[in-house]
Amino acid sequence: MSDTAATVENSGGHGSHDSHDGETRRDFLLISTVAVGAVGAGLAAWPFVDSMNPSLDVLALKSIEVDISPIEEGQAITVFWRGNPVFIRNRSKKEIDAARAEKMSDLKDPEKDEDRVQKPNWLVMVGNCTHLGCIPLGQRTGEPKGNFNGWFCPCHGSHYDTSGRIRLGPAPSNLVVPPYTFASDTTIVIG
Amino acid sequence: MTTPTWKNPVVNWIDYRLPIFTFTHHSLVDYPTPRNLNYWWNFGSLAGILLVIMIASGLFLAMNYQPNTDLAFASVERIMRDVNFGWLLRYIHANGASFFFIVVYVHIFRGLYFGSYKAPREILWILGVFILLAMMGTAFLGYVLPWGQLSFWAAKVITNLFTVIPFVGEPIVQWLWGGFSVDNPTLNRFFALHFLMPFVIIGLVFLHLWALHQHKSGNPLGVDIKGPQDTIPFHPYYTAKDMFGLGVLLTLYMFFVFFYPNFFGEPLNYVQANPSSTPASIVPEWYFLPFFAILRSIPDKLGGIIAFGGAFVVLLIMPWLDRSKVRSATFRPIYKYVFWLLVIDMFLLGWVGGQKPEGWPLLLGQIGTAYYFIHFLLLIPWISRKETPLPVPESIASAVLPESGTATQGASQ
Repeated sequence: MSDTAATVENSGGHGSHDSHDGETRRDFLLISTVAVGAVGAGLAAWPFVDSMNPSLDVLALKSIEVDISPIEEGQAITVFWRGNPVFIRNRSKKEIDAARAEKMSDLKDPEKDEDRVQKPNWLVMVGNCTHLGCIPLGQRTGEPKGNFNGWFCPCHGSHYDTSGRIRLGPAPSNLVVPPYTFASDTTIVIG
Repeated sequence: MTTPTWKNPVVNWIDYRLPIFTFTHHSLVDYPTPRNLNYWWNFGSLAGILLVIMIASGLFLAMNYQPNTDLAFASVERIMRDVNFGWLLRYIHANGASFFFIVVYVHIFRGLYFGSYKAPREILWILGVFILLAMMGTAFLGYVLPWGQLSFWAAKVITNLFTVIPFVGEPIVQWLWGGFSVDNPTLNRFFALHFLMPFVIIGLVFLHLWALHQHKSGNPLGVDIKGPQDTIPFHPYYTAKDMFGLGVLLTLYMFFVFFYPNFFGEPLNYVQANPSSTPASIVPEWYFLPFFAILRSIPDKLGGIIAFGGAFVVLLIMPWLDRSKVRSATFRPIYKYVFWLLVIDMFLLGWVGGQKPEGWPLLLGQIGTAYYFIHFLLLIPWISRKETPLPVPESIASAVLPESGTATQGASQ
């Protein structure tokens, strides 16, 4: 062994070859250490980041039950679900017809009225304007309903039709239909 | 720049181990400052003093504030009515925010006029823009805390801006809220972050001053310091000048605190937050209005936010937009006037930001927004190439001392 070492030493190749070898190993060790360290730091940071997500008590308020029997045709109520207003409207025949007569090509966010309701007269949607979250007017009688006889957002002037679809203004999409089911003919469960 | 020797043995003992006295002496007493600084150079130190006032008043407010949606509004009213001098602390803090922004905006426009962003002060300038952004974040978080109608709806509208981010927008907003709407978890974290942010600002200010002291203050002539004849020690010359400016500022500031404490506020924020009723008009605090106008003048949600961000990006890249070698607008016959167009434009946008975004205010806002970007992205690069600057003085001393060129310690007046 000693003669090999001596030869290499003499040729000067030992140092360069070995150090070259050592450099790649060190590079590998350095990069893998940094990589593992970064992953570790990321994993350690996750609990802190995730602690800001909705907590269990917030998530526990998952669904609400609403009695819709007192809502007459043409009337609407607003309930609160997860801190957001939900519009429940008992639409008149005229409103349904108006919503269904619209051509898809006229809509900014094309969606059939049939796909937005479970029963034609009951329209259920989250009452947050899809622009920046203001509550559109039009629930109470006497409030402005906008150019399409649905809802009108006073903050930046978005107009929604009788199906809650965006027709005019800065909002990018239709009012959101939350998950809901009819527990009975007069009760819906939102969430 | 001699190292002072301290007469007091205790001071000497400490300074040998921790040279805090030497450091202070170098940066606040000896510190060589251009001899020709005018009053526009007061606003940096005024901003620093306002930061201290804000932190001090905020600390004592925090001792009486309850970050809970059921208690927050009432706790602020308790501060106003029951806490000894609570009204004073709150009015100092609320009006202090407005004055902090006034002072910082003047400071920024001083920089734009006198070319304070030019080499070698680019990083100094960029840190300043970061300080402005951090201040805006802090002000927004703080405005939510009283839990009035505008607090709530400002929080809701501004956080909703993040929903434009494709795919992850919704989860990000829920993460910011800690729920599905602006609610108690949101208020809690906004309070924590509002308390944290001033210390982030202090960190940025420290870097800002570090960069400042590396190449020293600019000056109204925009020529470099060439020797000791161009400078005077910071103390007593500029400590005195800054103190006079501070006196003027405090007079104005306290005039509002004591006589018109709600001048900068909105009456609607004295109505408790109601998540089921959006107010007829949501107007941000005045210092956001020009940028709010830019946000709203683009009729597209994503486009508006890009323009809003772009308004700060053009400030950040200002050192590279302006290619003129001459710093001070005094010697730039065209930029000298074009600068004022930006000032007018900012006032115009500020006015538009407070109006309903419809009809001719909307159109004016769009014109103002267009000008804002044309100013930075076209006019400034173009002027800096085409303009022939006036001759720049050889040195500060030769320009401001009567016996020019003799380079003596100014035996002036």
